[in-house]
Amino acid sequence: MAGRFFGVSGILAAAVYLPYRRLDGKEIGGFFGSGGAKTSRTVASHDEDTTTMGVEAARKILNGTTSSVDRLRFVTPTPAYADKNNASTIHAALRLPPNIGAWDVGGSLRTSIGALIDALSTSGQTLLVGADLRDGLPTSADESGTGDGAAALLVGDASSDHPVIAEFLGSASQTDEFIDRWRSPGEQRSRVWEERFGETRYNELGKTTFANALTAAGISFDDVNKLVVTGLHARAVKGVAAKLSQGNDITNDTLTPQTGQIGGAHPLIALTAALETSAPGDIIVLLHLADGADAVVVKTTDAIKNAVPTFSVAAQLANGAPLPYAKFLSWRNMVNVEPPRRPEPQRVSSSAAWRSEDWKFGFVGSKDSTDGTIHLPPTRVSRNTDALDVMEPVAMAEAKGTIVTFTIDRMAYSPSPPVVFAVVDFDGGGRFPVELTDVDADSVAIGGRVVMTFRRLFTADGIHDYFWKARPVREGEN
Amino acid sequence: MASHGIKDQVAIVAMGCTTFTEHWDKGLDDLIIDATSECFDSSSLNKDDIDAYWLGTAQSGMSGITLTRPLQIDGKPVTRVENYCTTGSEALRAAAYAVASGAYDVAMAVGAEKTKDSGFQGLNAMNPPMDGTQRTLTAAAMFSMVAPAYAKKYGVDPETMREVLSEIAVKNHYNGARNPRAQFRREISVETASNSPKLAGDLGVFDCAGVADGAAAAIVVRAEDALKYTDKPLYIKALSFAAGSGSGLNDPEFDYTHFPECEAAAADAYAQAGITDPVSELSLAEVHDCFTPTELVLMEDLGFAERGSAWQDVLDGKFKLDGAMPVNADGGLKSFGHPVGASGLRMIFECWLQLRGEATPERQLKLKSTKAMTHNLGGYPGEMVSFVSVLGTELDASIV
Repeated sequence: MAGRFFGVSGILAAAVYLPYRRLDGKEIGGFFGSGGAKTSRTVASHDEDTTTMGVEAARKILNGTTSSVDRLRFVTPTPAYADKNNASTIHAALRLPPNIGAWDVGGSLRTSIGALIDALSTSGQTLLVGADLRDGLPTSADESGTGDGAAALLVGDASSDHPVIAEFLGSASQTDEFIDRWRSPGEQRSRVWEERFGETRYNELGKTTFANALTAAGISFDDVNKLVVTGLHARAVKGVAAKLSQGNDITNDTLTPQTGQIGGAHPLIALTAALETSAPGDIIVLLHLADGADAVVVKTTDAIKNAVPTFSVAAQLANGAPLPYAKFLSWRNMVNVEPPRRPEPQRVSSSAAWRSEDWKFGFVGSKDSTDGTIHLPPTRVSRNTDALDVMEPVAMAEAKGTIVTFTIDRMAYSPSPPVVFAVVDFDGGGRFPVELTDVDADSVAIGGRVVMTFRRLFTADGIHDYFWKARPVREGEN
Repeated sequence: MASHGIKDQVAIVAMGCTTFTEHWDKGLDDLIIDATSECFDSSSLNKDDIDAYWLGTAQSGMSGITLTRPLQIDGKPVTRVENYCTTGSEALRAAAYAVASGAYDVAMAVGAEKTKDSGFQGLNAMNPPMDGTQRTLTAAAMFSMVAPAYAKKYGVDPETMREVLSEIAVKNHYNGARNPRAQFRREISVETASNSPKLAGDLGVFDCAGVADGAAAAIVVRAEDALKYTDKPLYIKALSFAAGSGSGLNDPEFDYTHFPECEAAAADAYAQAGITDPVSELSLAEVHDCFTPTELVLMEDLGFAERGSAWQDVLDGKFKLDGAMPVNADGGLKSFGHPVGASGLRMIFECWLQLRGEATPERQLKLKSTKAMTHNLGGYPGEMVSFVSVLGTELDASIV
């Protein structure tokens, strides 16, 4: 257990996961003759959901370690499962110890900032994961103006391996009941009220909350270096940011035009993006507009200098790849394309999956303790020494690998054929033949470098089959 | 511990084989009845003479009842076997060992498969409940990784490699066109094979075996009894089997250019049969050409070509009907079709016809010896089971 520095608390680490694919809003108008946008949005792959994106964000913070976390909280308005606790899947993929609580904590568009305020006021360390996957009917403003992604924040008391990168100065909230945006559980699209009404409400709520937050933090407006305003009411967000910045250059949002508003995760994502570009001593105000308004004020410390993850928001934004609009529509079940003429996969056995939790969710193989041979999947009998039960677990999720050979399977069942498949040798030993994802088939080459990524392979009988795939290492990611 | 084999102890005295095709009008029962009827008709034996049965079917039925119900066999020992695509060979192996052991006088091996009722192309295995981490790749995709690995290792340029694979398909279609029981009876050109739609990697439609319905059967007796039933028995010289540990998939040493299970099975079979130079001692070989690169690599694994040279031998025509080592004279899986549980016995059937001089004249080989071999594999590169048999029409002098 890492040493704790009680009384020193705030944000300890923050990371964002943006899916690889981007939809250019201009494609929508080109296809339908109406709708679309001049901006682009992030698009989760067909094998991603809010749970897998949450895992990917959290992995950037933990880097295969689990020592500091006291609890895991997962927030998403678009959960992969209802009833079943999605945080348990994330907990398994991160290989957190069994005595760590992991909870889904509600799913309105307002929940994530509320959970952040809660976590900032809670002792110990909370791993707060937020993810969202936003849909809208074709040509709608939601379709082009929202996006998919996740963020993970480690929040609470500092420890020797996690110093405070941003000190918590204060928060404020205003709660108001009115109908601005709504969606019935299970529905794919949201509905919105005439936008001028909401704009009026949010103008007032935002102004009050911002002022109260400055008071709570004991600072004046001139102390604010960055004001980050989020929310799905785009017109209100823009107006509130303009008014509150009073002509100062503190609300320069370069993120959202590239990603879209990522709904319930956007406050966490935008705050993280702001932290990654901040200097020590910067004061950031996060203001979120959703059925009220919430603000959080933080001040970065010297530790911010070493806090940017290797694959930063900027690097992820620079390394996306375009997705054709037709593919987007089929991935989002807006159009049904002919499925491969192969039997659909059968549902996963619950008990079989439970027995192999470390392998299936954590990508943990076995290593012969006498000669170091790595077995993927784990075995009890050693391939080289024939010894029985001399294995120790070996975590491979963070290992990088090299493509030895590969193929394109145009017949295998896939929600988005063809299947690209490679034999991968990992640095430090171990070989695993594995499906590739986030890849264009014609760009795969022998010798290519890959990393593992947690994905949803398919769904049968409503059960999601989570396991690992490999994806190419991107530029700026080493 | 050793593999002793049962050389010249058991003989095949009767065989039958249906056409392999899309038998929309025949169910598994019909295929079984047709193959066993032809088998009985080729001898003086009938079902009451058979002491024990083994049925090989990979995915068309469970238990011995799959055989006893259509044939109305009552009270006999009847067992269903399954071992991937070597299922038919396993039925023969079990029947032969049962006779060699002295347990039974007469045993029958039946292989049968009804693949075309699934509504899907290709083969579709019945899978037990799993944890969802298993590979879902098609066999074509797994075997497609062999071709580029082989080409890279031995410096074969992509155009030449494509030509080599196509030549294998062209040969097997040429042979199948001369076989009235084959599924695909049309010759194809190298261009047609090379330009066929890609299914997996560089493998096109004509690189892949046809999936068919069909059945085949054989009756085995003790060698000393063989001449009671036929003038021209086929003596079993060797039966070998090698199941890999599956570790090739996870062992960085495995390079996708050879199949160790097939090498092991061939070495054991040649030792059992006393074969030291297969090319000169075998009149023909029936091998498991599930995909064209499989046949290429097998030429080396089975000792018909030096390592790294089979591609040149293919281009030189060594494995054609008039070549030094005829391979898949009946068209192979490629052209004869592949009803999984029947294919192993179909290979034996071609040896039965060829060594007895009963193949259609268009493909009847000039025999350079009295022996032939079959090779049957199941699974994937790195995770494979392999069978080899050696058969001959004469008892070796040392035994007689």
